[in-house]
Amino acid sequence: MRRRIVSLIVWVALLGAAICLVARAHYTADLSAFLPVRPTSAQRALVEELREGVASRLILIAIDGGELAQRAQWSQRLATGLRANSAFVAVNNGRSSASERDQHSVFTHRYLLSEQVSADHFTSIGLRSAIEESIDSLASPAGFLAKDLLLMDPTGETLQVLGQLTPDTGPRSLNGVWVSADGSEALLVAQTRAAGGDTDAQAHALEVIDLEFGRLRASIMTAAKMAAAPTPAIGIKLTGPGVFAVRARATITREAIRLSLLSTLLIATLLLVSYRSVRTLALGLLPVASGALAGAAAVALGFGVIHGVTLGFGVTLIGESVDYSIYLLIQARSGPHGNAAATWVRSFWPTVRLGLLTSLCGFASLLPSRFPGLAQLGLYSMAGLLAAAAVTRYLLPALLPEHWAARPHQALGLRIARGVDRLQNYRRVLWLLPWLAVAAVFAHRDTVWNRNLAELSPVSTADQLLDARLRSSLGAPDVSDLIVISATDAESALHAAEAVGATLDSLVRAGELAGFDTPARYLPSRALQRQRRDALPASDVLRARLRVALLGLPLQARRLEPFVEAVEQARAGPLLSRVELAGTSLATGVDALFSQRGERAVALLPLRAPAGGTHAFVIDTARVSAALGAAPPGVSVTVLDIKHEADALYAAYQSEAIRLSLLGLAAIVLLLLVTLRSVARVVRVIAPLILSVLVVSAGLIASRHALTILHLIGLLLIVAVGSNYALFFDQRLAQADADERATLLASLFIANGATVLGFGVLAFSTVPVLSALGMTVAPGALAALLFSAVMARPGLPRSASS
Amino acid sequence: MLLRSTGRVRRNIAALLCAGLIASGAIAAPLTDPLDQLMAVLKQRQHGHVPFTEHHVTSLLDRPIESSGELFYDAPARLEKRTTKPRSERLVLENGQLNFERRNKTYHVALADYPKAAPYIDSIRATLAGDRPALEQVFHLAFSESGADWVLALTPLDAHLAAELVAIRIDGSSAEIRTVSVQWVNGDRSVMTLGTSLDP
Repeated sequence: MRRRIVSLIVWVALLGAAICLVARAHYTADLSAFLPVRPTSAQRALVEELREGVASRLILIAIDGGELAQRAQWSQRLATGLRANSAFVAVNNGRSSASERDQHSVFTHRYLLSEQVSADHFTSIGLRSAIEESIDSLASPAGFLAKDLLLMDPTGETLQVLGQLTPDTGPRSLNGVWVSADGSEALLVAQTRAAGGDTDAQAHALEVIDLEFGRLRASIMTAAKMAAAPTPAIGIKLTGPGVFAVRARATITREAIRLSLLSTLLIATLLLVSYRSVRTLALGLLPVASGALAGAAAVALGFGVIHGVTLGFGVTLIGESVDYSIYLLIQARSGPHGNAAATWVRSFWPTVRLGLLTSLCGFASLLPSRFPGLAQLGLYSMAGLLAAAAVTRYLLPALLPEHWAARPHQALGLRIARGVDRLQNYRRVLWLLPWLAVAAVFAHRDTVWNRNLAELSPVSTADQLLDARLRSSLGAPDVSDLIVISATDAESALHAAEAVGATLDSLVRAGELAGFDTPARYLPSRALQRQRRDALPASDVLRARLRVALLGLPLQARRLEPFVEAVEQARAGPLLSRVELAGTSLATGVDALFSQRGERAVALLPLRAPAGGTHAFVIDTARVSAALGAAPPGVSVTVLDIKHEADALYAAYQSEAIRLSLLGLAAIVLLLLVTLRSVARVVRVIAPLILSVLVVSAGLIASRHALTILHLIGLLLIVAVGSNYALFFDQRLAQADADERATLLASLFIANGATVLGFGVLAFSTVPVLSALGMTVAPGALAALLFSAVMARPGLPRSASS
Repeated sequence: MLLRSTGRVRRNIAALLCAGLIASGAIAAPLTDPLDQLMAVLKQRQHGHVPFTEHHVTSLLDRPIESSGELFYDAPARLEKRTTKPRSERLVLENGQLNFERRNKTYHVALADYPKAAPYIDSIRATLAGDRPALEQVFHLAFSESGADWVLALTPLDAHLAAELVAIRIDGSSAEIRTVSVQWVNGDRSVMTLGTSLDP
């Protein structure tokens, strides 16, 4: 009685602690689960880009419906609404780049920003050629830009800076706003204040867009009703890393809940049919619930943040952890030394414990993975299984009534036993299976491994296509090659960006690059600004030079006095910093490409591949690296090919997963060798498991499921789960009489049924990592049981009838 | 030579007009307003390609500047001006969007962002398109004709615009625009003279 109370108190206390941990945990669903814990410098840059970089903060918006002019209006209204919200740093729809504020800022700081400002530019010859060009441009209708400026800016610096800031390849514009390639949608790009990796903040940003769009639609509908006009159809589509992360989290959470409920329902039905008692069923599910909670609590404690995918993995635990209580609730019979539960603990628990240990070995091999998703799965499963087994061992016997005994499953057991006997007659056929499996794998040897990280992405193909389409319409924001410059302070980073920019300019001239962007274009280093300021001549010198420069030109030198004054002002004026740019698209440019991350200042220079010629669509990052040469001390310059890095990362994960799986297998074999003390017995336990793994992988590969990391982990789980069955056959069935054999077989098949149901449900998930796991483990677990049964040592009492 | 080609253009226009009427099955009441008649004729045109010379007088400079090049028009919303002298420049007005290319750099400008310049730039396109409502949104129209020749004078309705722009005067003959003259309040003025069609 006292032990019962102690068990209960300990359980309730642990449960309470676990609930606290889980309730206070953070949940995320961004790509971080797939990113390494200890990255190389290029990987770190990649990870930071994906988590915090400007590309991660972009939300692409497409508005459709209505007519061209209407969409332009809607685009403008939505942009205005979003700009007013602090969730966004910038909202661009193609109109903002020429805002009055921008023009003013560019005009005011033109001598610090213009790339053509140099001592040569302000000699008589330089002045003359620049002024001649400005005069000529007066003739053009575009001269409306130059006309008002001529007397203050005769060398055309304002236009020069505007040109510097205009991207070479912009999106198509109609009616003044960006549109998709076919013109049927108005496009906007919103940059969130929060990093793309901050899923909660991204979700908030999406809510803001929904709200603003709802408001816009409501006002359009009202206006149409007032005018008795037909209400236009208006729709919105969103895409971008943040959108994906939010949707992925929603999908994974939804699926985790849906699939957990479904598998719980299926397993509960299976158990209710076999227990014929609601109370026994409730007791049987207690270890499962405790295990799920313990797993989540352990991950929250160990990692600080629970990844959405881990919740999905929780589903896998249901099918496994329910096995322990199934063994107890079906196998327990009262014996000479006490009640049913106590007898079970004495005679069966050691086998279950050994099975638990082998499972733990398998999952423990995932812990050192650099792939945080896998490490979380390992920890989650270990804690979950331990808790489920402990609850089964210590709490359930205490909760079962004194004279309780398991409902006999004789009839089912005997039927299974007869089936197994019949199958054993064909055991020789099993020798064929490994050869068939190897042959199948060999036939598909080119498509065994899936090497694409995107295969693990929970983003649907339709969403990926939409994203690709909007990105190609918008041109620029798809960052695939970029240079990451990291320095100890802003000035060194910008200075390095300018040096790198000069090299890139030569690559652009050579046709190896189409272009690049750099934060120094929006905010030059102070050194360069000073150099430009020093290039400006003093008033009297400038006047004298102008007199010479204007000889024969239709412009009187004395009329350019406002220019002389402006130059004098710039000479005496302060240098430009980020503060003066506030609220302009220059600031947006700086913020997008330049940031202070902790102790380091980071400048990003996205590269654009040429659209034609010998270097079309391809940037040779090795050549770019070579051209850049050595970085100055204290500065690191990394040329990053994101696609290449991501693929390399995935390949590293894959080889790691193979290594860890083999390590897990080795640990299981070692554990069995130590406990069973017989190589022959270990071989008998392991052989059916290896055979299952072979058959399942051959099946997957032959059915065109190239193996991903998660399939690989699934194979490890087959061994970890299947070892339980094999151990029962080895340890318990060898000495069992016909009755015991029937009960054992019944409990194993019911436990196996629960596992197959749990993983089988997962196989239908739309989240690739979950379905990969499900489609591997469900058939694998079944195969492991069947092979174990068929390959079990023959020659013992076969069935009750014999 | 000049006369002959003008004659051919006129015959083409007449043929086009007939074709348009037949195609639309229009036997509707004849347009009585002479400006409407002109607009209807202008509206028939789908493409245009003519040379131009432009003469600018501005108080900023001691002497006028001359420029020349070619104009391209595609009904109803695309107008391209390719200047070859004194410096090459390409300017495309399309659906309210102005793109201009100079020194291998393209600038994108929304007409709506330049309320002062927009009416002047769009007036040529709207006239070519026979888009009377668009013109009347911004200008008061005065139309007179004598034989085949006609004059369309545009004076701004909006006070802000009137503070800058005095008037735009478009001279033409039949379906051809001959000159576009612009007079600014500060005394600046320009005259653009269009040549005959360069299309074969």
